[in-house]
Amino acid sequence: MEQKIKEILAEELSVDINEIKLESSLKDDLNADSIDMMQVVDVLEQEFGVEVDTSELAKILTVADIVNYIESHK
Amino acid sequence: MYGKIIGSGFYVPDNEVPNEFFENILETNDEWISSRTGIKTRYFSKGENTSDLGTNAAIMALEDSGIKAEDLDMIVFATMTPDMFMPSTACLVQKKIGAINAFAFDISAACSGFMYALSVAKEFLENGKVKNVLVIGGEVMSKSLDFSDRGTAVLFGDGAGAVILQASDEPGIINSYLGSRDDVKGSLVLKALPVNNPFIQQENDTNKMTMDGREVFKFSKQVIVDTIDKVLEGTGYSYDDIKMIIPHQANTRLIDYAINKNDKLKNKFYINVDKFGNTSAGSIAIALSEVRQKKLVEAGDLIILVGFGGGFTWGSLLIKI
Repeated sequence: MEQKIKEILAEELSVDINEIKLESSLKDDLNADSIDMMQVVDVLEQEFGVEVDTSELAKILTVADIVNYIESHK
Repeated sequence: MYGKIIGSGFYVPDNEVPNEFFENILETNDEWISSRTGIKTRYFSKGENTSDLGTNAAIMALEDSGIKAEDLDMIVFATMTPDMFMPSTACLVQKKIGAINAFAFDISAACSGFMYALSVAKEFLENGKVKNVLVIGGEVMSKSLDFSDRGTAVLFGDGAGAVILQASDEPGIINSYLGSRDDVKGSLVLKALPVNNPFIQQENDTNKMTMDGREVFKFSKQVIVDTIDKVLEGTGYSYDDIKMIIPHQANTRLIDYAINKNDKLKNKFYINVDKFGNTSAGSIAIALSEVRQKKLVEAGDLIILVGFGGGFTWGSLLIKI
């Protein structure tokens, strides 16, 4: 799943997949702004069949946060 | 019988407000706004109301069409920011332009309003009930904006667009499609008056617009391509036949994302949100008028207009220019 998430981030944020680490900050390291995040979450929701509540979005800061969120909501 | 476009016009207030204006009143800047929305500048009224913007657009459209105000049988005005609850904005325009032979009414369908108004006009024209119709979409959004909310204040602008439709044997509006569903979570809301009478007293709630950006994003992403497909259904036309698509001018990033996976559509979209912001019911009307004025489409071209917004509502029209 981690690999799939990295693939989605690489595709949606147009970054090199090798630059994406678990500890990468979505905003500072991967340059994702609020609209990018809506797109990423949109794709994640479809891919993993989860629903990310808008209020939870602010707590997702790193790649690891995405992995944890999806694992605990699957 | 078809409804054919024989004239168009648009008007924005003479007060351009670039993104830099918001740097002084909100924690934001030009880079933040333009990179997330595609908007560079918009126009805000310094006193003109929705009927004034609509009147100016209507005068331009009448001149373009060559018909006179007295020739109009029907006036439809799409807006969610009317001057008054009564009279309707359409009746105010009727008076200002002297359209003494028309009947006039407003339509409320938020950012899809111009799609709804054109669709209603289309039916009247096809039924032979009327010959000349003035359809206006226009808003003074600035009077409904919360200027302390950077999530909405920077997105919208004031403006109006108008078209004159005439009954014709030659194809004009070929097909229309409308839809709506409950905006369950209240993600796009502009409240009117609370109930206050001798039996109940309530606080006057905010009359400023509120928006849940992410819900609106999800909704819009879902409907844009669907709505384009629906209006083509059963017409025998496909994407390849379409010269241009004029979407509701909401947010460039949103539109890009919605059509990203659709290479056939991508290059057909006409975008002017950078210059006007989101003018709600005005946006497609302004863009259509601009496209005709700049001669970006010519007689015989097929175009699609597609709107989506509060309600939720959506709608599209397939038109032969």
